[in-house]
Amino acid sequence: MARSQFCQLDESGRLRHFLTTEGLSRETLTDILDTAESFAAVGKRAIKKVPLLRGKTIVNLFFEPSTRTLTTFELAAKRLSADVMNINLRRSATVKGESLLDTLHTLEAMHCDMFVIRHASSGAAHFIARNVAPHISVMNGGDGRHAHPSQALIDVFTIRRHKPDFTKLRVAIVGDIAHSRVARSQISTLRTLGVKEVRVVAPRTLLPPVPEALGAKVYFSLEEGLRDVDVVMMLRLQQERIQGPLLPSLHEYQACYGLTQKRLALAKADAIVMHPGPLNRGVEIDSEVADGPQSVILQQVSHGIAIRMAVMSMILGRRDSAEVSN
Amino acid sequence: MNINTTETTALLKSLATELGGQLSALARTDPLMIGIHTGGVWVAEHLHRALELAEPLGVLNINFYRDDFSQSGLHPQVTPSDLPFSIDGRHVVLVDDVLHTGRTVRAALNEIFDYGRPASVLLVALVDRGDRELPVRADVVGRKLSLTPGQQIKLLGPGSLRLEFQEC
Repeated sequence: MARSQFCQLDESGRLRHFLTTEGLSRETLTDILDTAESFAAVGKRAIKKVPLLRGKTIVNLFFEPSTRTLTTFELAAKRLSADVMNINLRRSATVKGESLLDTLHTLEAMHCDMFVIRHASSGAAHFIARNVAPHISVMNGGDGRHAHPSQALIDVFTIRRHKPDFTKLRVAIVGDIAHSRVARSQISTLRTLGVKEVRVVAPRTLLPPVPEALGAKVYFSLEEGLRDVDVVMMLRLQQERIQGPLLPSLHEYQACYGLTQKRLALAKADAIVMHPGPLNRGVEIDSEVADGPQSVILQQVSHGIAIRMAVMSMILGRRDSAEVSN
Repeated sequence: MNINTTETTALLKSLATELGGQLSALARTDPLMIGIHTGGVWVAEHLHRALELAEPLGVLNINFYRDDFSQSGLHPQVTPSDLPFSIDGRHVVLVDDVLHTGRTVRAALNEIFDYGRPASVLLVALVDRGDRELPVRADVVGRKLSLTPGQQIKLLGPGSLRLEFQEC
């Protein structure tokens, strides 16, 4: 973590890269959320564009498939008037360190300003941040099981809009914790922002070996874990990352850990339901819940653009303060 | 040398009178008023009341349109602009507290045009301190001042508005 802080912030403590939520102060996280609030207003105008990052070039380097994350990063860059390129490197998913660096150096030579990285290996974004030229900033769009910091910020932004006082909140994160980069970033963000109680709910096989180390209360029963919570954050069952016999069957998982309307009734009456997508309907969440009145899942998607605009502009606008003129 | 609350109130009053006169001379009835965050909004609130305008006051925060973004970065708490009306085809009165380089007005005009195409824009400034860097002029000015380059003038508010000189 010490190392990630070293690379993530500049000498004045401002964001230089955005790699993980861990170690970011409450002030920095709140600045991002507040800035995103003003960008959310831009998205409602007739012309959904501001000239802030005119002339900057942002490259989306996605080594893993993605639709909503890639799309929202692209839209965020475009709404800030940056030039954006999407480079789909799925076919070379087994890129070795050396050839990956060659790809990066080629893009550096084109005078880009920011790389957004999504990669199946944990630590990929840090690795790239350590090896890029000094004029390039790196945003982590999800690396392996490690972190998905912008998603976590989208989630707390969505929570804040519904339930602004974090000190009173009980939040349950439910599902495949072991394989989830989203869960790790969510837990760290919620804790930094002072949420009263963070719970993780999962079968033992989908928790890390020492679940207590996550810094959350551990529940093995969904019924117990949902009781009196204000926010239910469902996770996608990452079937592509699950190797070996961790689950007897999807059907059994659904029977024990699927969020149904009946189970949701155990949470507070005004609890909100979230999911980072894509949904496995009928597995971790029933359609009735996902499309129901307590669901804020589609709001999460639109907030994704504002959060990514906020982080991009904070990173690329980070320069020495100059005199302000009328 | 500061301009105290009493003088500022008198200044606002004459500004309102002159603006009202200009608007009727130009036959611009039912204009929309937009104040530039933050001092411009305080002045605009006063003018809006004095002229008894029907439509609500609009607020423009030009932070996303600044030309010095890459030097000064983004203020973390940018209050969003709020224009609670359609601008297309309307007469707009744009209000700022201190007119100096003209860069703020340039940014404000850019932002206004991202909302629509106004029929006209009239610029009102409480104080014009000169030293323009862009070809911008105000249609209605409360007071002209000439300041040395090291001097700043700042509108303090929002309650009992007054102008304060600062040496930097």
